[in-house]
Parts: sequence; structure tokens; C-alpha cells
Amino acid sequence: MNNKDFTSASFQEYLKQKKLMGVRCQSCGTLFLPPRPMCNHCFGEDLIWEELSGEGELTAFTTIHIAPTAMIEAGYGRDNPYCSGIVKLKDGVSISAQILGVDVDHPENIKIGCKLEVEFLERQVGDDNQAFLAFQTVD
Amino acid sequence: MKKKLGRGVAIVGAGMSNFGAFPGKATRDLFVEAFSDMIASVDKGLDPNDIEALYIGNYSSDLFEGQGHTAPFMADWTGLTPRPATRIEDACASSGVALRQGIIAIASGLYDVVLVGGIEKMTDLPTSEVTDTLATASDVLYEIPAGFTFPGFYAAMATAYMDRYGATPESFMRVGLKNHENGALNEKAQYGATIRQVMDSKIAKAKAKGRPEPTWADEMEFMHDDRANPIIAWPMRLFDCSPISDGAAALLLVSEDIAKSFSADPLFVIGTGQASDVALHDRQDLTTLRAAKLAGEQAYEMAGLKPEDIKAAEVHDCFTIAEVIATEDLGFFPPGKGYEAAEEGLTRRNGPKPINTSGGLKSKGHPVGASGAGQVVEIWKQAHGSAGERQAAHDVNLGLTHNVGGTGQTCAVHIFERR
Repeated sequence: MNNKDFTSASFQEYLKQKKLMGVRCQSCGTLFLPPRPMCNHCFGEDLIWEELSGEGELTAFTTIHIAPTAMIEAGYGRDNPYCSGIVKLKDGVSISAQILGVDVDHPENIKIGCKLEVEFLERQVGDDNQAFLAFQTVD
Repeated sequence: MKKKLGRGVAIVGAGMSNFGAFPGKATRDLFVEAFSDMIASVDKGLDPNDIEALYIGNYSSDLFEGQGHTAPFMADWTGLTPRPATRIEDACASSGVALRQGIIAIASGLYDVVLVGGIEKMTDLPTSEVTDTLATASDVLYEIPAGFTFPGFYAAMATAYMDRYGATPESFMRVGLKNHENGALNEKAQYGATIRQVMDSKIAKAKAKGRPEPTWADEMEFMHDDRANPIIAWPMRLFDCSPISDGAAALLLVSEDIAKSFSADPLFVIGTGQASDVALHDRQDLTTLRAAKLAGEQAYEMAGLKPEDIKAAEVHDCFTIAEVIATEDLGFFPPGKGYEAAEEGLTRRNGPKPINTSGGLKSKGHPVGASGAGQVVEIWKQAHGSAGERQAAHDVNLGLTHNVGGTGQTCAVHIFERR
């Protein structure tokens, strides 16, 4: 399983398997999320996929009322806002994701620093069933 | 080692079209308006045949208008073919970067006279498709699938900023109020009205239609009204966001040694800086734009100036939070103090550090690829004392422009001097 190309296509395949995968540079030890084919610290290309903890905390967020086309097609919009945020994982890397389980109607109550765990969403996009990364609040 | 230009460069003409929604006008038509306005500003006259090359900032005529390969059309419509015409794309920093490329071209010695342009035509598309088009300036592989929009990115920075420094949504609303006060005095602004005027017009409209008249006690109550000022991406509301706009701007750049033959008062380019950055989620600090800080530091170093020397600045207020962060990144105020400075009125046009006397992108309009060049038009006017009622209270012999692309993955900063 560890010989997939270090690309977004591979990342997406892993998401479909409900795995949040990063890439570690075996030369300098830097961990990357999203994956990339060359270490931008030491320029090493000796990389390996690594499954991440999926646990993290919220570092920034917003509730979106004016949605892009893809989210409108997923049922969101002015009357049904959603939360997007940036999550810092225990592993030390951060990623953008939809944030679930928060009170989107009272964004002033959403707490930066709240604990989150990974969730894998599937949505129909055109003829494709695509996997999306999300995080859910932990009570 | 301190960087410097190979030779001096000056701006000797600056013009822009009106910014707004202009159905039926393509970017080339708007660019002709900006070009004519620029020629009118060259006080000793310009023979357009002296122009040797064009650098045109444009974000996405491809997606907005279905027109690629835009630069040669700008050359054709201004009678400048067969001169080289190059399009520069760095999202909303496109024409700030085009300006830098024009400066570098003259500084290299290759050209003496260069036309820098900025163009964008956004209003042909419905809002959702404009949102999608702007979103392509972020990471389409990892940020867009998270549902982010451009208002959303800056709103997320705002939540990080509020959490760290104690600012509130009201802090940002004050920036919008101030920029509309300035924009109301700019005849080329898309939304050239104060918030009070917007309120009065809504009240008059309700009256005319026999509907109950809104009873906002003051501007801040209006700004908190979910119907009048709806949330776009919390905490950014409608009046925190720059509009969808059409517009163009044009700047005439010449080598320093010939500048006085075009203008009695050239605006000398004394500092230029540009930097790039990673996607938003990869940044250590979400309350500052590293590319803006670095571009600013480069420009200050080249100019031999400090932030306190700058008399007025046009900064990239695509969203109100962006102006607050910009005033900190440029060193005008310490980190975390920009929102207080705005609340205290320090950035108003009669304050010690006038910011966005034009009305900024918020009120003047934000035809994204034209905004960076449009900022220079305002500094040109302020430096020459020709900004009319919105003229800063003190003399603006040193001005700065700060033009950001995307979430801050590109920033170009320029410093100008009237000697």
C-alpha cells in the first residue's frame, strides 16, 4: 500500500478507504499533509506514506452562507450554512476541512481550540462518488 | 545585500475607468477608458507611439469572460500593436505584480517607456460562478473541497485574530464605515456612498413602496441587521466584503532621466517588494500575511524608509479584516493593535495614517486584476493634491501600495515619492 504516488489522487483514494494519510520525508523526518512528491525542506525524495492520528483542534473557522456551486449542490447555502475550518492535528500538521457538530447558527459560540476527530464524507459529484475530509467535534 | 533597481523609474501618468457593473462593456472597452484617463493625467503630454511595451495584470478573463490571451487585445484597442504585450496573473495581485514587472523592465535598461495596466470584468457571471472563479486562486485540491470561499478564508483569519487579540466583529465594521466615508467622495467608486447614505436610501425605498420603514438607531445597528447586512461568511458580512466589479487602470512608467519631460511632478518608484507564501492551512500564524510583511520589508529597505515615514497608503482591503492585518504587516501599528487604531480613527483621511482614502476595494470596487494599478492611481492623486474632497489632511509626498493575491500567497508592495 505504501508505493502509491505522493499525489492528491492517491490522497483521495485513501480518503475513500477512510484513511487520513500524510507523507513523511525519511531523510529529514518532516511530515507533510497534503502529500507532495519532494520534501520542501531538504529536497529529499525518499518519502513514505504515514497514517495520521485524525485527532486535532480547531485553529480558525467560518460559517459560510454564500456558498460555492459545489456546496450549493450538496444542499448548503443561505438558509443552511456550514462550517469550514483549519484543523491542527496532534501529528503537528494542519489541513482545511468541513467542521461538523458545531452550532452554525451561533458561530460566536464556536470555540477555537475545540477538540476534533476526523470524519470521512462521501458526496456525489457529477457521476462520481467522491470522498471529502471533515472533522467532528468531540464531546 | 540591499537590493536596488538598475536605474530609477518614475510614474508620469495614472488613470482608471469608473469601477462598477457595466453590462455590455468588455475589458478592452474599460481599458480604453483607463488609457484615455491616464493620457489626460500626463501634464506635459504623451505621444502614445513612445510606449514600448505593455504589462497587463489580469486574473481571469478566461473564466469571467471566456477570453484568454487578453494582453494583445489591450495593445490593439489602444493602438499599440505590434509592441510586446504581456499578461501577468497573480490572482488579485495581478496588476501590482504587473507594475513590478514594468519597473524591472525599465530598470533593466531594455525600455524607457512602459504601459502598465490592470483589467477585470467580473459581473457577467452570477454570484455563485464568481465565487467559484475567485476560489480557483486558492488550493483547488485541498482548500476548496473543505467548502472554503474567499470571504470564508478571510473570515477564518478574522476568527483567529479575534481569538488572539480580542477584536470583535464590530472592530471590522468600523473599517467598512471608514472606507465608505472615503469612497463617497470618489466619483469613480462603485459604491460611493456612506453607510448613512445607504441607510437613508433603504428607508426612502421602503417609504416609496409603502413598507414599514427600518428604524436603525445608528450605523452600527444597521451593520448588525441580518437583513440589511447579511452574513456572507461569519464574521464577515456584506459590508465587510469588497464587491464584484468591472474596471481597468493604466499607469505610464518611464526611466527617471526622462521623467521630467512628461511630468512636472513625477512620482518616483523608490521601493518595490514581492513575496509568495504557502496555502493558508500550512501557515504557523493565521493573523498575519508573511508575504505582505516580507514585501513591505523589501520595499522599505530599498526606499531607505520606515513605516512611520509613509504619509498615506492604499492597502488591499478585499475584506475588512484584511485591512486591519495589512496595517500591522506594513508596520503602521504593532501586531494586534491594528483594529484599535481603526476604531480610534487613526486611519481616517484626517488621521495620522490615512488608509484607503480612495474608499479602498470595499467602496471603490474590486475588479481584481485592476485593483493593484488602481491603488497607484489614488496615490498619484494624493501626491499631487488632486484627490478633491477626499484629499488627506497632510501633504502626501510619500505613499505606499499593498496588493495581495489570494489568501496572501502573493503580495506586492510599492513605495512612491513626489520630490
